[in-house]
Amino acid sequence: MTEHDIVVIGGGPAGMAAAVAAFDNGVTDVVILDRDEHLGGILNQCIHNGFGLHKLGRELTGPEYAAVYAEKVAERGIRVYDKTMVTAVSKDRIVTAQNKDGMLEIKAKAVILAMGCRERPRGALSIPGARPAGVYSAGTAQKLVNCMGYAVGKKVVILGSGDIGLIMARRMSLQGAKVEAVCEIMPYSGGLTRNIVQCLEDFGIPLYLSTTVAEIHGKKRVEGVTIAQVDENRRVIESTKRYIPCDTLLLSCGLIPENELTSSAGIAMSGITSGALVDEYRQTETAGIFACGNVLQVHDLVDYVSDEAELAGIGAARFVKGTLGTFETIETKPENGVRYVLPQRVSLGRNEDVSLFLRVVKPFGKVRFTVKSGDTVLANAVRLKAAPGEMEKLTVRAEKMQNITEPITVCLEEVQ
Amino acid sequence: MKRELTCIICPRGCTLSVDTDVTPAVVTGNSCPKGETYGIEECTHPVRTVTAIMRVANREDTMVSVKTAAPIPKEHIFDCMAEINRTTVDAPVKIGQKVLTNVFGTDIIVTKKIL
Repeated sequence: MTEHDIVVIGGGPAGMAAAVAAFDNGVTDVVILDRDEHLGGILNQCIHNGFGLHKLGRELTGPEYAAVYAEKVAERGIRVYDKTMVTAVSKDRIVTAQNKDGMLEIKAKAVILAMGCRERPRGALSIPGARPAGVYSAGTAQKLVNCMGYAVGKKVVILGSGDIGLIMARRMSLQGAKVEAVCEIMPYSGGLTRNIVQCLEDFGIPLYLSTTVAEIHGKKRVEGVTIAQVDENRRVIESTKRYIPCDTLLLSCGLIPENELTSSAGIAMSGITSGALVDEYRQTETAGIFACGNVLQVHDLVDYVSDEAELAGIGAARFVKGTLGTFETIETKPENGVRYVLPQRVSLGRNEDVSLFLRVVKPFGKVRFTVKSGDTVLANAVRLKAAPGEMEKLTVRAEKMQNITEPITVCLEEVQ
Repeated sequence: MKRELTCIICPRGCTLSVDTDVTPAVVTGNSCPKGETYGIEECTHPVRTVTAIMRVANREDTMVSVKTAAPIPKEHIFDCMAEINRTTVDAPVKIGQKVLTNVFGTDIIVTKKIL
């Protein structure tokens, strides 16, 4: 068994930013384990632009954003075990992995979980019909097109209006395919408004809300799909069924944090985010194990992944150096209109500002968010609109948290 | 005429209202100066950055990602794609390397390093 101060699992945007932050905070014995051949994770296939506006102040494509962080990793001489698959993590921070050299066992003083997320597959959606070729998750199609240069299909229907689905609608159009429709089962899109504008409206692609794919047709290859509107319980309305001929169906129906290692280790998880329960430095309820990025909560923007990973990196470095401290914590709770709040608990007595990240339950117009502890208002903020597809960030100032004893609640109210 | 737009410059996605009856056009609803520029451009001569892939001739099954170094007129997006699709590069390439020049007023540059 080898030993390292900090082991980072995953070399995507979260893992790279966490490793760099840990190094810059005084722990130089940091290693990254990644299953792929190159650092960067999913960014390598996200060739579109729009990354880095918040974090780096310039607009980059996914591979360029990844390269900025890969360079930071290289400059610091942080060791990367590539093509290395982690198979287990234990609560006492022993990481087991496999690569071409065989099995690795690493004893770490702190572990940072940064495994990202995966797409919800067809099997989890229960779409009736045949099982022909031509049904892809949007991200699989993205990899085939953008990294390997295959034309995935010529006439395409996309189910789900998450950002990957929208981005792929544009990509397929640019590569010469005809995108017939994007269907969204919910009455609103889960994607960013700017993506609806620049990926669908620019290319004249219709977005059908409250609409799903009711059946997939075709024997060897997809020949068409039946789409239909759904009622408020998301049941197909028979009279609205309509056939669209196509050769490809892309699925963009949600992302699931890839937490098999986390749950096998017995680390406490949230039923809402499907990620670990964490504090303000993204430490899980198991001491010395931290989590960040899409494995913790699915983000809309990589910029916020990098921010979150830096917190985890700083936290892990301080844990190793013995300066993180242990404090009494209080819970954070979503209320009225808020689906979840992360971190799920906050330390008392750090005397530092804390940012709370949250998502709302449905689209709203103008809203006021209020952060409270009992009757004490800790922070509030007004937003012109709020949508489940757009994560909100609210910051509570250190001085506001000095004398609080009751859980921190976040609620919203609609305002005129 | 007044046009309602969603700003696409950043993920905030401000709802803009552009009044083109006056010169210069007046933008409201923007949270930053970039929104004003976008609103006016979108109503006069809309532009987009095009990102795409280009075949790496000397590597099997390998594509390299590329983009326009600056946004190009929206109406030329498909012509720009045709130019890119006609072109191949040889590895190694590095980020920022020009692979085509003077395509609708800008260059096509590489966005991924291929060794």
